[in-house]
Amino acid sequence: MQPILDVQRMTMDFGGLRAVDSVDLQVHPDEIVALIGPNGAGKTTFFNCITGIYVPTAGDIYVLTRNKEKKRINGYKPNKVTELGMARTFQNIRLFPNMTVLENVMIGRHPRTRSWILGAIFRPKSTRQEEQEIIDYSYHLLQKVGLEKYVNELAMNLPYGAQRRLEIARAMATEPVLLLLDEPAAGMNPQETAELKELIQQIRDEEKIAILLIEHDMKLVMNISDVVYVMEYGRLLARGTPEEIKENPQVIKAYLGEDHDA
Amino acid sequence: MDYFLELFFGGLTKGSIYALIALGYTMVYGIIELINFAHGEIYMIGAFTALIVAGVLSFLGFNTVSILILATLIAVVYSSAYGYTVEKIAYKPLRNAPRLSPLISAIGMSIFLQNYVLLAQTSDFLPFPNLIPEFEFMEPYYHIMGSSELVIILTTAVVMVLLTLLIKFTRIGKAMRATAQNKKMAMLVGVNVDRVISMTFVIGSALAAIGGVLIASYVGQINFYIGFIAGIKAFTAAVLGGIGSIPGAVLGALVLGWTESFATGYVSSDYEDVFAFCLLVLILIFRPAGILGRATTQKV
Amino acid sequence: MSGLKKSLLVSIWFMFLTFPIMVVKVDIIEKTVQWRWKNLILVGLGSFFLSFLWRYLLEKKEKGAKKKEMGQAEMGLIQKIFTVPRYSRPIYLLFLIFILVFPFIFSTYQTNIMISALIYVLLGLGLNIVVGLAGLLDLGYVAFYAVGAYSYALLNYHYGLGFWTVLPIGGFLAAIFGILLGFPVLRLRGDYLAIVTLGFGEIIRLVLENWDEFSFGPSGIANIPRPGLFGIELDVQTATTYIYYLMVIMALITIFVVNRLQNSRLGRAWLALREDEIACQAMGIDKIKTKLTAFALGATWAGFGGVIFAAKTTFINPASFTFLESAIILSIVVLGGMGSIVGVVLAALIMILLPEYLRAFSEYRMLIFGASMVLMMVFRPQGLIANVRRKYLYNAVQSRKTGESR
Ligand SMILES: Nc1ncnc2c1ncn2[C@@H]1O[C@H](COP(=O)(O)OP(=O)(O)OP(=O)(O)O)[C@@H](O)[C@H]1O
Ligand SMILES: [Mg+2]
Repeated sequence: MQPILDVQRMTMDFGGLRAVDSVDLQVHPDEIVALIGPNGAGKTTFFNCITGIYVPTAGDIYVLTRNKEKKRINGYKPNKVTELGMARTFQNIRLFPNMTVLENVMIGRHPRTRSWILGAIFRPKSTRQEEQEIIDYSYHLLQKVGLEKYVNELAMNLPYGAQRRLEIARAMATEPVLLLLDEPAAGMNPQETAELKELIQQIRDEEKIAILLIEHDMKLVMNISDVVYVMEYGRLLARGTPEEIKENPQVIKAYLGEDHDA
Repeated sequence: MDYFLELFFGGLTKGSIYALIALGYTMVYGIIELINFAHGEIYMIGAFTALIVAGVLSFLGFNTVSILILATLIAVVYSSAYGYTVEKIAYKPLRNAPRLSPLISAIGMSIFLQNYVLLAQTSDFLPFPNLIPEFEFMEPYYHIMGSSELVIILTTAVVMVLLTLLIKFTRIGKAMRATAQNKKMAMLVGVNVDRVISMTFVIGSALAAIGGVLIASYVGQINFYIGFIAGIKAFTAAVLGGIGSIPGAVLGALVLGWTESFATGYVSSDYEDVFAFCLLVLILIFRPAGILGRATTQKV
Repeated sequence: MSGLKKSLLVSIWFMFLTFPIMVVKVDIIEKTVQWRWKNLILVGLGSFFLSFLWRYLLEKKEKGAKKKEMGQAEMGLIQKIFTVPRYSRPIYLLFLIFILVFPFIFSTYQTNIMISALIYVLLGLGLNIVVGLAGLLDLGYVAFYAVGAYSYALLNYHYGLGFWTVLPIGGFLAAIFGILLGFPVLRLRGDYLAIVTLGFGEIIRLVLENWDEFSFGPSGIANIPRPGLFGIELDVQTATTYIYYLMVIMALITIFVVNRLQNSRLGRAWLALREDEIACQAMGIDKIKTKLTAFALGATWAGFGGVIFAAKTTFINPASFTFLESAIILSIVVLGGMGSIVGVVLAALIMILLPEYLRAFSEYRMLIFGASMVLMMVFRPQGLIANVRRKYLYNAVQSRKTGESR
């Protein structure tokens, strides 16, 4: 089967610092793939490159478009990447703090709707329908992630764990084929993490959305991933099933060298 | 050739003044990432203070040199005090506010200070006494450079050297560099960030005051509005060189001074200010990091 | 340190600070010095008391912030009056009636002032799109206003075009200018954008001032006709009333349009852009296109305002389009509450009418504008009337697969 995301020998330099060094990575449909590695390994930078926030110094990024074409997306703007079906969350939560929870998700509908100036001013039937569709769809997503009780709260007033889930709902509103999650369990208590695990599996099973996940919580990673990639100092250290990774001496060394929550 | 030299030194003089003001912008920006819109007004207040002091002293019968020195000193003290106070009132309470808030506050401060001087003094142009003596040895060169110009260029050069020494070798200078690099880190290693910010405003304001006295004496008149245009131009210079960079500000100021001088000399004098603004717009569009600045990617 | 001692120190500091400029006034030519000791006492007393107020307000603000964190913030009185429909509806209705009968009650002179105020309402709301909604600090807004005004003056002078023909043209030209400027500069960070737009505003003004063949330079253009009513020439008084109602209608249309925009997909995209550019792009919003739209729409309104201004005053010159004008419009938006329509309307009326009616106040007008911008940012960054987020009505569709609801 063709991968929906195919990254080949991607490199990213910041001045003299090589944050990502010739990394290969594939995600196939319906897969949950994890990307792990010690702090500063370059995981977030990897995300930023494939989502168009940074332009990688070298290498190729391909995605499979809706009509099954393989498309090279290096240098695409973040919004184009999202339109092509990749949506993400951020490690340091980036919600729209002064907008309501519902509105945050509604923003995610942007690439799948189209009314513009004239639609806004004259509000013809098509626009009204679209608005209602945006609202209903968003509300439904809030129910899915269990945030419906906060609908009209401002996003900044949400508890931490809820903010993380709101980011997921917002990303899902863009109807992605691949969801990129940057440390979704960070700062969550064990119970919240368990709920998150279920949510992620549900997203994959019910919505048929593939997931690429950066996470430090090894229990979570080993539990839900089909494939695990390990990065260290920008390089790919290992790739395999959770079982293989657990046994891999290099990975063990990399993690024991750091005092880590593995 | 003489015409060229005249324009060259004219540009150098202007550039020196811009540099003195631009440093204030660049230093403040380097530390708190704020365009201190009120900086031009600090410079204007420096010039006014000098005018008032010079006026009083000259009626008391002081000689020109002592007037120059005292007026400059008092102007420096007052501008610094104003810079310090402005920071405490308009920026400090906004340390953690969204980015646009302190900028709007700065614009408000600028308007306030302009009108404060307008109301307390006058809206007319006031003649400013020429405090810089004419040197005899300069006489053969008057067609290309006057005594005032020489004094301005030399003073600026000396001030630059002193500033560089201050930043390189003193405690406060080191603290300033540390804060500019990483505010949180500086705080962790025990730098009193609030004090550093205050000091930055004080030093920047002092430099602006020196610029204010020199230019007022050179041009021969001032009013409450001189800070606006001078401020914008100095800011242009700072951006041109790469905002946050001290040598950049000086370089940018000189480039701007020469651009203006040559453009008005060879093209048209009607559009003097237009050249500066066009340069600013072009630079920001094509090289927002400036001549010496390095492009950085925002961390996400 | 006790409050008294603190205030005393503050007072001494300000007496020292303001001494040369407030107290001494020299006249170089007459060789006289005026010592105004009264001012020193005023400053001393004023700063003494104000410093108490300052500290009290700061404390109050901190407490408010804490309350907000614990989710028990309450609405202020003004906020309540203008945003809770039960109170606000009757007020708006009364206000509208007042506005409608205004020219019959008051003199032509007063009506003229009201027209000015309404032009500022228009400008404030236009800039509100750019600054309040999209979060782009535009300090050269007056340039688009100038484009509108000069479009009418010049097109009328050279080609004899009438007001109604030029009104859309003026708006359109301003929008074009907005897009032309926007294209290169909208990539810039917020504070750079502010400076570039300021520079652009000044360039336009300086060009108008110096390019005599095009714009008639500083002397400006006179005898611009007032708008006609089906080709009938109106006398000054009727024309004023006519323009007044025209302005009222324009203002109502603007309020309607801005309100609609604010609650649309586009409006939400602007807000999101203001809140977090990176997250916004990651949600599939085209940053440049969205910003450009805001810029162009804002400019369009300034263009309309400019055309009407030229028609109202029948004379324009570059002096009407200085940075100060941009600053006034900006302070209207800031004081009103960024993004809040009621707030901006209220602020425009207050800021333009108050100085007109309180003559003593008018001298201090700009001083107070400046001070209130600072104070607003420090104590009430949300403005007079904060923009309240809308609550949407949703249909709780149960157990439907998300993919199908499209
Ligand atoms: N915009 C940037 N400019 C310069 N250096 C950067 C930038 N972004 C990231 N880096 C550097 O690249 C390296 C990798 O950072 P990155 O954030 O990708 O690590 P990470 O694997 O996500 O770590 P963590 O687990 O802590 O989130 C770090 O050394 C970081 O300082
Ligand atoms: Mg990371």
